[in-house]
Amino acid sequence: MSTLEIKDLHASVKTEDGPTEILKGVTLTIDGGETHAIMGPNGSGKSTLAYSIAGHPKYQITSGSVTLDGADVLAMSVDERARAGLFLAMQYPVEVPGVSVSNFLRTAKTAIDGEAPKLRTWVKDVNATMSRVQMDPTFAQRNVNEGFSGGEKKRHEIVQLELLNPKVAVLDETDSGLDIDALKIVSEGVNRFRAQEGKGVLLITHYTRILRYIQPDRVHVFVDGRIAESGGAELADELEANGYEKYTGAAV
Amino acid sequence: MTVTETPAVARAVETTDKVLSHLHPEGAWEVEAHPVPGRKDEIWRFTPLKRLKELHADAPFQESATTCTWTAPEGVRVEGVDGEEAESLKGISGWVPNSRFAARVLAEVPSVLLVDVPAELEAAEPVMIDLTGTDASVTEAGRVALRFGRHSRAVVVLNHTGSASLAQVVEVEVGDGAQVTVVSLQDWADDAVHLTHHQALVGRDASYKHVAITFGGDVVRMDANVTYDGPGGEAELLGLYFADEGQHIEHRLFADHTAPRTKSNVVYKGALQGDGAHTVWIGNVLIRKVAEGIETFEENRNLVLTDGCRADSVPNLEIETGEIEGAGHASATARFDDQQLFYLRSRGISETEARRLVVHGFFGDLIRKVGVPALEERLQSTVESELERHLLSLG
Repeated sequence: MSTLEIKDLHASVKTEDGPTEILKGVTLTIDGGETHAIMGPNGSGKSTLAYSIAGHPKYQITSGSVTLDGADVLAMSVDERARAGLFLAMQYPVEVPGVSVSNFLRTAKTAIDGEAPKLRTWVKDVNATMSRVQMDPTFAQRNVNEGFSGGEKKRHEIVQLELLNPKVAVLDETDSGLDIDALKIVSEGVNRFRAQEGKGVLLITHYTRILRYIQPDRVHVFVDGRIAESGGAELADELEANGYEKYTGAAV
Repeated sequence: MTVTETPAVARAVETTDKVLSHLHPEGAWEVEAHPVPGRKDEIWRFTPLKRLKELHADAPFQESATTCTWTAPEGVRVEGVDGEEAESLKGISGWVPNSRFAARVLAEVPSVLLVDVPAELEAAEPVMIDLTGTDASVTEAGRVALRFGRHSRAVVVLNHTGSASLAQVVEVEVGDGAQVTVVSLQDWADDAVHLTHHQALVGRDASYKHVAITFGGDVVRMDANVTYDGPGGEAELLGLYFADEGQHIEHRLFADHTAPRTKSNVVYKGALQGDGAHTVWIGNVLIRKVAEGIETFEENRNLVLTDGCRADSVPNLEIETGEIEGAGHASATARFDDQQLFYLRSRGISETEARRLVVHGFFGDLIRKVGVPALEERLQSTVESELERHLLSLG
């Protein structure tokens, strides 16, 4: 059972006019076995929260804390965070020319586990995981995300989620730009992940659509760098019906 | 990586009938027709002349301190020749020397290492020639002639290692319909100086792949030029270089489209690390009036791994006919891409390992393009050991 605990997190980004605060005090606890959805309008700081948890150098944490099972996440480097059990599925997965998917996955798995995976079972695992998200095994020979369609990039993120099997997964708008079939495939992958004992999921999304396939335990409305309201799954239905106006109006 | 693509033809220089520019000074056999180059000469301005041990000027060509050994598949003649035969091999690439050092090499060096691939021979294995320097204080010169008969297929690898101060001319004749690869590997010791000119004449419908790989040496400057003896010839000029602290590595290409429907494709990639590492890439393409329906593309990418390095990259495209199939170039010099590193690290991969993956990836596609399996593994491991010099101590 692992717990991701975010307390009063403030983060800013450097701009020409000096640092601009984007996260303005985020407090959130995800207990093992729970799926939390963070919903909010564009520009509310949802992705900044995801990147701040993962340690992207673009964002400066100015105060607050993030702990995973009590360990200070903010004191860890990007790769240490991943090895501690955090995973970020990115909205815009990055192309890495000349590095094959197969090499990338094996290198990552070796880093996470601290030892190289057994060759025979590993190839089987990779092929099985890829076919579950309907990625042709030939993708393993292609360069990481290079020439992948938007949907293929997202499915590749899910392959990584399943193979690396972290404690807590942060999914940053994994649903954006997916057609309904791809959305189902991706959702099934997330559901397989969270069907395991004690896994935490932080699902960041703009739309309620994905919540039809991934049932959240908690829903948070994210506005202007902080959580404006929290509730159960029913809050998503309310957002579906009424949109974010109630919150954005209040924020002005 | 930040990539700046310049649209094709955007930098094209319209020229008149007479093709006389700094890119291709007129050739002459007489040494005295070539003044000693200085910093003000456009084609020498990037080169640290003081470190050339006067090879570009009038350094005496001493008795060679470089050993030459080879292995060759059956049917291929490899031999040091002199006398009349050596004389007759001058200019087999259709070239008249256009620099003082090249004119001197052809005038003063009485012997030549000949690789003769008979017509229609399909060589089973690469011809491996090892040139191993033993003394960089000896200034010396060497000539190589590679003659590929009509419809032959062969691979020749020139492997330069050790310490030497060498002025060199490599002339290549690619017969009609031949398919050949010439690899020149500069894996010199740190004190080597290598001034070399590779000139190839590509026959009708022939295909010529030239691969320049430069890792070692204090100063390496290579001209790799190609002209065409008839229509339909193709040239692929590939290069891979890795400059360390204080090294100067200069690659100058010239694809001179002298015949219609010919192709040239240039891809050079380099990495730089350490204080004073300097690379130069000059990609010259000339499309002459007669060269209708040609295609050319040239690309140079540099990856700057540390502070204190300098990569010069200059593509030049001169077009004298409007009737071309395609012409373009791209040049980019960039540091590590933070997004790539972040992505890899967010999967648990350490910074050092992530950098290593990115550099191997950067060179990987090019190494596969070399198409000489015997070399692939060696190139990968040389890249790896170059990385170990610097990169791995950063992490």
